Amino acid sequence: MLKHHGKLERNSFLLLVVMIVVVSIGGLVEIVPLFRVETTIEKVEGMRPYTPLELAGQKIYIREGCYGCHSQQIRTLRDEVERYGHYSLAAESMYDHPFQWGSKRTGPDLARVGGKYSDDWHVEHMIEPRSVVPESIMPNYKFMAKRGADIQNIGKDMKALRLTGVPYTDEMIKNAYEDAMAQANPEMDTEGLESRYDNALNIRVFDGEPNVTTELDALIAYLQVLGTMVDFSTYLEAE
Amino acid sequence: MTANTQNYPNYNDDVVKLFTIATIFWGIAGFTVGVLIAFQLVFPQLNLGEYLSFGRLRPLHTSAVIFAFCGNALFATSLYVVQRTCETRLWGDKLSMFVFWGYQIFILMAGLGYLAGITQGKEYAEPEWYADLWLTVVWVSFLLIYMMTLKNRKEKHIYVANWFFLSFIITVAVLHLGQNISIPISMVGAKSYSMWSGVQGALIQWWYGHNAVGFLLTAGFLGIMYYFVPKQVGRPIYSYRLSILHFWSLTFIYIWAGPHHLHYTALPIWAQTLGMTFSIMLWMPSWGGMINGMMTLSGAWHKLREDPILRFMIIALAFYGMSTFEGPVMSIKTVNALSHYTDWTIGHVHSAALGWNGFITFGALYYLVPHLWNKPLYSIKLVNAHLWIATIGIVLYISAMWVAGIMQGLMWRSYDEMGFLTYSFGETVLAMKPYYLIRAIGGLLFLSGALIMAYNLYRTVNDKVVQGVKLKGAVSC
Repeated sequence: MLKHHGKLERNSFLLLVVMIVVVSIGGLVEIVPLFRVETTIEKVEGMRPYTPLELAGQKIYIREGCYGCHSQQIRTLRDEVERYGHYSLAAESMYDHPFQWGSKRTGPDLARVGGKYSDDWHVEHMIEPRSVVPESIMPNYKFMAKRGADIQNIGKDMKALRLTGVPYTDEMIKNAYEDAMAQANPEMDTEGLESRYDNALNIRVFDGEPNVTTELDALIAYLQVLGTMVDFSTYLEAE
Repeated sequence: MTANTQNYPNYNDDVVKLFTIATIFWGIAGFTVGVLIAFQLVFPQLNLGEYLSFGRLRPLHTSAVIFAFCGNALFATSLYVVQRTCETRLWGDKLSMFVFWGYQIFILMAGLGYLAGITQGKEYAEPEWYADLWLTVVWVSFLLIYMMTLKNRKEKHIYVANWFFLSFIITVAVLHLGQNISIPISMVGAKSYSMWSGVQGALIQWWYGHNAVGFLLTAGFLGIMYYFVPKQVGRPIYSYRLSILHFWSLTFIYIWAGPHHLHYTALPIWAQTLGMTFSIMLWMPSWGGMINGMMTLSGAWHKLREDPILRFMIIALAFYGMSTFEGPVMSIKTVNALSHYTDWTIGHVHSAALGWNGFITFGALYYLVPHLWNKPLYSIKLVNAHLWIATIGIVLYISAMWVAGIMQGLMWRSYDEMGFLTYSFGETVLAMKPYYLIRAIGGLLFLSGALIMAYNLYRTVNDKVVQGVKLKGAVSC
């Protein structure tokens, strides 16, 4: 072995090539099948791409680094299922670019936070977390209540996402801004929005302030849809 | 040219000096942000507005420490070592200056972006697409410089430190390209969307993330170890056979270990099991490196008593050995069920980052600065002070995180006699508070040690040395 190794030690280019081969094997064996094997993501009913307003909310979630303290992945362990709900399915994050599974729970898991708290609670919590959860160590996000959500050009985001494989239609992209406005303003015409995003759709004034669509509207719209697209009650009955 | 370098090739040390200064600067910056965010977890009032909130500062801390501090340390040491072990001047004088400034610009692009909320949202790969492209150009230039210098070598054989440096350079390039494929919204905007989503995105993330640990923080730093430990001890490396064996097994096995970050998730179980198996196997090559470094002292153990610089290096190897044992333990599924998502992981990471990467870098810096500037070290006493203050800091840090992490994991899964979960999430947050405070104090001590080092090295470079007269307390290296 040592004799042959001498060859590598005397030829820098050969050494480099062998290294590339050796480090590639593990990654290829583990990653490639995930794209090829169909059972990796089992099909479930109900998954849809985020609405434009929810997407704007996810952008805020990423911008603020929420994933540093909150996971969105409930493991198949008894206490987690009891605390947070049904364990996460692969399909539930298939439209998340990038995935938001996280790696640390300084705060609780948010994979199924949708519908657990009222919009009012979320507003209070984002403005001053300790007013509703005294032991919380989360930063406050007061500024979100005043700042308009970045939805003017959200259609461009959807276009980019379509290139990555998210099934946004031309119609969804064309009406992105109107749909974003309508979701936080029930007084507007919401028919188009409802026809395009048929499942798990929340249409209401999320931040209690009907005149402007704020960052808080977008973020709460995103949080309130998390984990609600798949209806697990139908699966339990079938079993 | 000074008298005692005349026999050597005309090494390019200008760029090495710059990287050395950058290492010290970014180290202190990264540790400072770490201390700040550690205190934010104890006193949330310290989240001072939008730009200085924990969520935006945390990637600033991790990037500053991994890519700015450790990254610059690897540039400095690898470019120093490749010249000495090849007995030739670094190839590409201008290109190497471009690599230096290009890399610092990358760090600024990334860091300032985080404060403004510009991020890809992927841990340890937060820089957006334009910074990623820029880094690619810088990195390819680095590889070219390194390869060309190897090619110009006067030595027949490529020394083992260079194998490790080279595997670090090439693997980081592969990981960077795989992880960061994304589609920008527009050519003039910062935001992009990752090509990868969901379960595939998760595995690619930890293939990247775990091997940033494996090849940047491990292979690269083993390169540092393989040159500076023998140099400081004044003896050749313990076993040449062992270095071949553990180099190739480390390179091959590390890359498989990523899925241990995804136990009990929606990742297919075959991938989880594979990741766990290889993580356990990884224990052996890791300890191969530790043993090879430590045993280099055989017959010269007394030097540990006299030389605090060597002590830095050997404590670093001890922390390396400890954390590469702890890692495989934590990758076992049943252990991971408890440890994952808790501060145990944070403690594990810091015992490696502070103990191994930090200490081996400090050791190398104490060696490099007197050699590069050709002056005796200002104070060996201050090196000792740094060593002990930093060691106490690390011990406080990691023991606090062990207690906090295991406690939180146990509280989350605790049931009362009625079969209900005993604790609300909030109660588990409250229980962390004293340990978070101890951790922050530990971090503060570690930072203080680094400031002492900066002062010591500053005086080393800037004090006037009277030729032939040794200053009090100073040693000539």
